[in-house]
Amino acid sequence: MNRADRITVLRAAARSRILILDGAAGSMIQQHKLSEADFRGERFKDHPSPLQGDNDLLCVTRPDVIAGLHDAYLAAGADIISTNTFNSTWISQADYGLEAAVKDINACAAKLARTAADAWSAKTPDKPRYVAGCIGPLNRTLSISPDVNDPSKRAVTFDEVYDAYREQALVLHAGGVDMFLVETIFDTLNAKAAIKAILDLEDDGLEPLPIWVSGTITDRSGRTLSGQTVEAFWNSIRHARPLAVGLNCALGAELMRPHVAELSRIADCMVSAYPNAGLPNAFGEYEEEPHETACQLEEWATSGLVNILGGCCGTTPDHIRHIAESVAGKPPRRVPTRPTAMRLSGLEPFEMA
Amino acid sequence: MTTAPRPVFVNIGERTNVTGSAKFRKLVAAGDYGAALVVARQQVEAGAQVIDVNMDEGLLDSQAAMTTFLNLIAGEPDIARVPIMVDSSKWEVIEAGLKCVQGRCIVNSISLKEGEEKFIRQARTCLRYGAAVVVMAFDEQGQADVADRKVEICTRAYRILTEQVGFPPEDIIFDPNIFAVATGIEEHNGYALDFIEGTRRIRESLPHAHVSGGVSNVSFSFRGNEPVRRAMHAVFLYHAIAAGMDMGIVNAGDLPVYSEIDPELRDAVEDVILNRRPDSTERLVDLAPKYKGDKGAVRVVDLKWRDQPVAARLAHALVHGVSEFIVEDTEAARLTVERPLHVIEGPLMDGMNVVGDLFGAGKMFLPQVVKSARVMKQAVGYLMPFMEAEKAGQPRSFAGKILLATVKGDVHDIGKSIVGVVLQCNNYEVIDLGVMVPADRILDAAVEQKVDVVGLSGLITPSLDEMVFVASEMERRGIDLPLLIGGATTSRTHTAVKIEPAFSGSTIYVADASRGVGVVSGLLSPTEGVKARAAVREEYVKIREQFAKGREQKARVSLTQARENRYRTDFAAHPPKAPSFLGTRAFNNYDLASLARVIDWTPFFASWELVGRYPAIFEDDVVGEAAKSLFADARPMLDRIVQEGLFQASGVVGFWPANSENDDIVLYTDETRTTELTRLHTLRQQMQKSDGKPNLALSDFIAPVGGPPDYIGAFAVTAGHGETKLSLGYKQAGDDYSAILSTALADRLAEAFAEALHARVRHELWGYAPNEALPLEDLLAEKYQGIRPAPGYPAQPDHTEKATLFRLLDAEAATGMVLTESFAMFPGASVSGLYFAHPEAHYFGVGKIDRDQTSDYARRKGWEIKTAERWLSPILNYEPSR
Repeated sequence: MNRADRITVLRAAARSRILILDGAAGSMIQQHKLSEADFRGERFKDHPSPLQGDNDLLCVTRPDVIAGLHDAYLAAGADIISTNTFNSTWISQADYGLEAAVKDINACAAKLARTAADAWSAKTPDKPRYVAGCIGPLNRTLSISPDVNDPSKRAVTFDEVYDAYREQALVLHAGGVDMFLVETIFDTLNAKAAIKAILDLEDDGLEPLPIWVSGTITDRSGRTLSGQTVEAFWNSIRHARPLAVGLNCALGAELMRPHVAELSRIADCMVSAYPNAGLPNAFGEYEEEPHETACQLEEWATSGLVNILGGCCGTTPDHIRHIAESVAGKPPRRVPTRPTAMRLSGLEPFEMA
Repeated sequence: MTTAPRPVFVNIGERTNVTGSAKFRKLVAAGDYGAALVVARQQVEAGAQVIDVNMDEGLLDSQAAMTTFLNLIAGEPDIARVPIMVDSSKWEVIEAGLKCVQGRCIVNSISLKEGEEKFIRQARTCLRYGAAVVVMAFDEQGQADVADRKVEICTRAYRILTEQVGFPPEDIIFDPNIFAVATGIEEHNGYALDFIEGTRRIRESLPHAHVSGGVSNVSFSFRGNEPVRRAMHAVFLYHAIAAGMDMGIVNAGDLPVYSEIDPELRDAVEDVILNRRPDSTERLVDLAPKYKGDKGAVRVVDLKWRDQPVAARLAHALVHGVSEFIVEDTEAARLTVERPLHVIEGPLMDGMNVVGDLFGAGKMFLPQVVKSARVMKQAVGYLMPFMEAEKAGQPRSFAGKILLATVKGDVHDIGKSIVGVVLQCNNYEVIDLGVMVPADRILDAAVEQKVDVVGLSGLITPSLDEMVFVASEMERRGIDLPLLIGGATTSRTHTAVKIEPAFSGSTIYVADASRGVGVVSGLLSPTEGVKARAAVREEYVKIREQFAKGREQKARVSLTQARENRYRTDFAAHPPKAPSFLGTRAFNNYDLASLARVIDWTPFFASWELVGRYPAIFEDDVVGEAAKSLFADARPMLDRIVQEGLFQASGVVGFWPANSENDDIVLYTDETRTTELTRLHTLRQQMQKSDGKPNLALSDFIAPVGGPPDYIGAFAVTAGHGETKLSLGYKQAGDDYSAILSTALADRLAEAFAEALHARVRHELWGYAPNEALPLEDLLAEKYQGIRPAPGYPAQPDHTEKATLFRLLDAEAATGMVLTESFAMFPGASVSGLYFAHPEAHYFGVGKIDRDQTSDYARRKGWEIKTAERWLSPILNYEPSR
């Protein structure tokens, strides 16, 4: 099956059941208790700065670890796995002085995910597996000043963010991902730069791939870090004509639910959600048990709120297995049609028929 | 074009534009961005729903200024909450702006000025940044001046955008160029009218697109005379909005209310705007100095309202948003009433009702309403200590804790604030979360604050769904508190059918602000509470049952079958007759005495629940005496009304060439029947008919296209001008009986007016029955030829058709009648309808309709299915999908 066929099959499958995304990579990687030497591998053994903690780099230096975690999530029942490229832009990798390695990281990441997914597609042909090219939020943000004394200042420019995302998207596209997952968005303007970079790939003659957009409501205020409500966020990114829009990270299922419900009511595309395994305890550990997460997400499915479910920080293959089993056979949310209207936004939505 | 409930008009803040505001330009040039932000904030506070940012100034680095200013706005949540319009004539500046805004903004502007290729490229870029666009009516040949050019360029741009670029039509805003009128150059005289006409055609022919413009251009030739300029803006907007202009760059907070402009000035301005006479410019130029005035002179004129009684002063202050004297007047009003609360319930509420009516009629704009609310709050704020003091001496123990919120998506809080004030006056502690409050915030607060009751308010229809959502969230979270539902859009049936089933706790509909206290005290009463809740629950079960019964699906035939089985009017036997004139004719100050003579008194008694025909009712064993005594009070009042001219009757009648096309009636501009003026939509019966009975629609009574040339008439009459004043006088004097009596008489006079005018239509104006001679009782039994059905009644249950009717008749200008947002007529004592002349035309009820007709009707009206289902919901034969 080529990529276009796979996407067609994916869309068809999404009409009959809730699709499952994988869970966290970080918690899986931690189990390996990797050392600085593991992160460096042979290639970066003389790199001038420490590399421990640059999980994306493991796609190059410890591909076995990353391949293993993909395999574990696919075995747990995930339909879609995301590439291990959350920080694989030159802007984020600048923290490690690895701007020059970004292309290689993304290429290796795409290959690892593609290989793992294709192996499982062959094993379970009735359930083809898909790869989402993960595009993360960056460590610098376009809507918020880094300097309290100069609110007009920005740590990065739109053009730089665009350039970083474009480089990443080009490599992921070439590496065979089925879609782009622009995720953990806490500043919508960063996401808009990513969306523009992806949409502009068409001008390079590249096959357009579906875009999946997932924002992050940071706390109980119900807003993104940059201050938008869920509906304002949706209005800001609808022009991506996304395959799906959703929420992930920051919150556990319980606190995320009202915002997912909100998105579910307003979005005329599929809705996804992959919450954290609850809120972290005093030690920064996530304690929500797989059956606890699954029980809550099952209610979301029963209430018809979602089309795609998965896990974020603190979730494990066991969480994903529980989620997949508890929503199996439940009908997906029906995508509503909405009245034609001009929908704009600031921090809040604006609508005019 | 969709028929909006009221003309929608979005005002775009214009003060953050260096080309339009000298003050803003100076601030930016001096690098004083802090003060520049204040300008932006003031606009949002004043009600701007979008703010326009323009840095096009030769001496500025426009790109850098745009970036800096938009970055600063991003850090100001009270400004950044609204969308930004990035405004520049330089594409680089626009793109720099787009790179700073996380929200979805509007680009102002792009055009075909430099050809299609560039236009397409820029539009595509906007699409990828996710922005709506303003498209100027400008092409390779230049800027469009006359209506035809405006329409031609906009149509071409629309085609390119929607067909080649894939641009969503709802994100296209046309700016068909507002140019200055009354410049002394004759060709300029028609510019305002060209814009209005162009707008009308654009909105009709280019679905979902919007129309905007910079309003202040129109009055450019009166620079220096602000009163005249403001009047020109108000008059221009009034007509442009009616034609479909739905956005504008205006200083709307600064506009006079159309109906309150000095009539002499308004007429002169209207002559100029509508180019009604060749000398209109000279006349306005002559008149203008009179209104310019120095500051002192203006104040004298301005302060005349200070001589009025205090209630009128308060109303004036509220309508005009003047807070200067509000404390003084509130104090004066307080001294005249028994309790401070009465000032709120009386003159302040009355004033806010006027504001509501003017807004509903499209004569006030949102910022003005916001200002009114502010004045209201000041008055209430002044009264609060007095109301607190009333409670002094009592221990501070509250009767209960009530949480109030206007639900997400809704900004109306006047009614809810009043409920809050009234509750507070009755010793309840009130926590008001304000407006646009999402469900989880309401419920978190309810839990944290341990409230006793949660109250939700909403004025617009989407709020209904949001309330259902809040109820379902209460259920899910297990919050068992009584839930109160209120606000103009809510209803007992909706509460019973949609909200209550979502929530197992108590849900209670509160019909108006005055009932809040009664409902809350009942609910929280230790002795009566349980009973009160049970009673409501029982009542709602019944309402649901009734509702379900009404909904039972009855067998329907398909629309196609129904059309095949239409009524076939015999036009050969009775060929249509041409009316004595075409177009409209107004009847102002119609003789009340002649109307009083032909009043049909039977319904008058029915309105007092006295059943029986007049005059036999006086002999009735049961109600005879009551009827006599009522009549004895009514007659002298009617005589007084007639003699003193306390009410004024105004009406308008019109006739047009018309032919039917399926279930529509096409009206033509003239007898050549080549240009469609408008189209009336009718609904067809879909019940199963037996015995060869037809499935009727009103269009059946008009000859079809291709058949003989036929005609249709329409009318709108009111006898209600002056009624409010009279009944208010009674009410203020505490005489509710006379107040209701006067209202009922106004209703009767309006009905009599409709009948009298219909008779003149039959005899002379249309003249299809010149020799009709029927006694009064036969007339009252409507045994004459032809009918006058009204939208909203069984033969055409869709109220929105009244908008077409009013437009056709220009009823507002002719009679002072206006339609509210829900298509009710104001004044209340009003009647409108269509005239059908054919002898076979008769009344009927459409009954329930099926999905096929809903979707066909929606298509004809240019509506979404959902919109149609909303307006037709009382007659749907099915449960619409959500």
